Amino acid sequence: MKYLPLVWRNLLRRKTRTTFTVLSIVVAFLLFGILAALNMAFSMGVELAGNDRLVITHKVSIIQLLPESYAARLATTPGVVDVLHQTYFGGIYQRPSNFFMQCPVQPEQLLTLYPEYVLPEDQKKAWLTDRTCAIVGRHTADRFGFKVGDRVPIQGTIWRKKDGSSSWEFNICGIYDGDKKGVDTTPLFFNYEYFDEARQFGQGQVGWYVIRIDDPAAAPQIAERIDAQFANSFAETKTTTEKAFVQAFAKQVGDIGAIIRGIVTAVFFTILLVAANTMAQSVRERTSELAVLKTLGYSDGLVLALVLLESCAIAVLGGAIGLGLAWLLIQGGDPTRGMLPAFFLPTADLVRGALFALALGIVAGIMPAVQAMRLRIVDALRRT
Amino acid sequence: MRVLLGWLSQVVVVTLLNLRTLGQRVTSSLVAVVGIAGVVAVFVAVLSMAEGFRKTMATTGSPDTAIVMRSGADSEMVSILGIDDVRLIGDAAGVRRNEKGPVASGELFVIVDLLKKSTATAANVPLRGVGPNAFAVRPNVRIVEGRRFETGRNEVIVGRGAAGQFSGLEIGRTLKFGQGEWTVVGIFDAGGTMSDSELWCDAAVLQPAYRRGNSFQTVYAKLESPEAFTRFKDALTTDPRLNLKVLRETDYFAEQSQMVSTLITTLGAGIALLMGIGAIFGALNTMYSAVAARTREIATLRALGFGGGPVVVSVMVESLLLALVGGAIGGGLAYAGFNGFQTSTINWQTFSQVAFAFAVTPGLIAAGIVYALVMGLLGGLLPAVRAARLPIVSALREL
Repeated sequence: MKYLPLVWRNLLRRKTRTTFTVLSIVVAFLLFGILAALNMAFSMGVELAGNDRLVITHKVSIIQLLPESYAARLATTPGVVDVLHQTYFGGIYQRPSNFFMQCPVQPEQLLTLYPEYVLPEDQKKAWLTDRTCAIVGRHTADRFGFKVGDRVPIQGTIWRKKDGSSSWEFNICGIYDGDKKGVDTTPLFFNYEYFDEARQFGQGQVGWYVIRIDDPAAAPQIAERIDAQFANSFAETKTTTEKAFVQAFAKQVGDIGAIIRGIVTAVFFTILLVAANTMAQSVRERTSELAVLKTLGYSDGLVLALVLLESCAIAVLGGAIGLGLAWLLIQGGDPTRGMLPAFFLPTADLVRGALFALALGIVAGIMPAVQAMRLRIVDALRRT
Repeated sequence: MRVLLGWLSQVVVVTLLNLRTLGQRVTSSLVAVVGIAGVVAVFVAVLSMAEGFRKTMATTGSPDTAIVMRSGADSEMVSILGIDDVRLIGDAAGVRRNEKGPVASGELFVIVDLLKKSTATAANVPLRGVGPNAFAVRPNVRIVEGRRFETGRNEVIVGRGAAGQFSGLEIGRTLKFGQGEWTVVGIFDAGGTMSDSELWCDAAVLQPAYRRGNSFQTVYAKLESPEAFTRFKDALTTDPRLNLKVLRETDYFAEQSQMVSTLITTLGAGIALLMGIGAIFGALNTMYSAVAARTREIATLRALGFGGGPVVVSVMVESLLLALVGGAIGGGLAYAGFNGFQTSTINWQTFSQVAFAFAVTPGLIAAGIVYALVMGLLGGLLPAVRAARLPIVSALREL
């Protein structure tokens, strides 16, 4: 501890240089934080996906519909506890860019299958009893200012009503929250019965099923059992865990994770080089000083530690400011104004960032530190 | 005039002297170069992705081709047309005709789940059922391997991009979708357009397989000329029997690409901007240390009577030169590493995959180098001013 003032004085020796080095590290970690949040937004749900839930889609593709009658057969399949079906509605609210998902569902099953959706008691009651009721997630409600009691007009792109019109209206009678951070609260849900009666075609056809199973470990066997049951029918099925389903969906965009890792690597490599060079330079300039320290009896190890401490101080300072700035910026909301389902900096990435900062300090400082340690007093003092 | 000439010759002398000593500061100069190269490489690479995507979409349409969907549909995926609609559209004014009748193709557009090679996860691959005149509507489509599918048979041909991105699409392989098995019989090249991402088969075979009865989703019609579009559109939109949306193919695809390319461009530019700020700090450090290393030299020049201006210019030239080298290396790296790199992403508007190649265009490289020069300019300015303001006497005394 008593050496801290010495490290501090050394840092202040060239104030501009230290400042710029710290600033470039700040930028690196600011980018790291923002990219981590983006990565999180794209891979959303993978971590939160229930491991006791399976998703059943048409084998050919998700746009093919499945018969509603599968529900009864699924319910009696051994291992299956609850069954819910969903259908993609694909409506437009005012402008196509205002995209959010709408989905007709069975009200009660939705709440059993997704306990992470939390509704106030009175709204829950309305949702379960009133067929014209629709509930919307907090994220979308905030984005468009929907309030309980609003009537929201939505233009159907796929589904038309029996009279041929494509304008649907939904009564918002509930706004649900997620019970933890990261739960997707963008979809609007409405009553399937109301939908099935009103739609022009496709009666008795649903988009996909979500089921809960009693034993997550038995998921592969149950999935196999379900797919075998519907094999060779017109609508063959493909059953996967919710996690695999969400993951595959995210990867449709491309390997976002790989792209982001690539960019972060490039950024860190660049910054590391700049920081390491600065460190090396400041040690070179101080050769004679270090020799004096050694003459005074500072051990080799201590000199090594002092130089390393200096570079770590720069890296950790820059890292802390950068991550802090990223965190602040991310609090301000997502840059696409609501297109991303969630935008926050996961704690795990904060910790990872802090470790990276420390590692950066060590890697940048190790070469000059070892040089300083190996310095022979006589040579160093002779050099000017 | 003589004053100006004198000043200019001073600039040249100081700058040359400066550059000749660059070798002594090679490490720190290299650091600035590598820093800027890294930023430019990322900048160009990310933007080349957006550019490649935009290019694929932009080359897809042809101005003398029209796409017809049901009104209210915002993409092919959600449109439905009856067989009568398809006939009426084919017979409308302005449509080109050949021996098979109108050069128009009633088409189905669905997706099939195939494994994406790069991630080994299922992806939505577009499958298009086309009419007999589809090849006449899209003259750029040609078979490069195998043959065309035969009318009435369960056969598919695969676009080059799709064949590269998704597994199981080699000639002779069978796919299972709808009812029955389909054989891959050919690979086609559509000149880098959207069609390269697609699988094609006979619409008449796809209809029963997907229980679509007699319905189609869109009609692509080749017009007599690009100018015939207005006539064609008016004929269809004024027909009381029809309720259609008529678009020029070029406009349709430009609109389809907007969301994805805006997203990539915005994110890419944001990342590059931030990285650039980081690199400016790096350049600042390099140039400050360059000035510091030359303190005595600069002071000597000043004592000899050289003005402050030439010193400023010389430092700026050094900084800009380093930036230029960095920018060129970065642009080169991006070109070598990414130009033509094949990838695919989902186009949310059609809910299906689009295969495209990164396009590192000369324009992008130029933009990267300009960006590098801006970094060099900002990184060199403050150190240059410091160099000019050095107090001569004390600077000469410095070790």
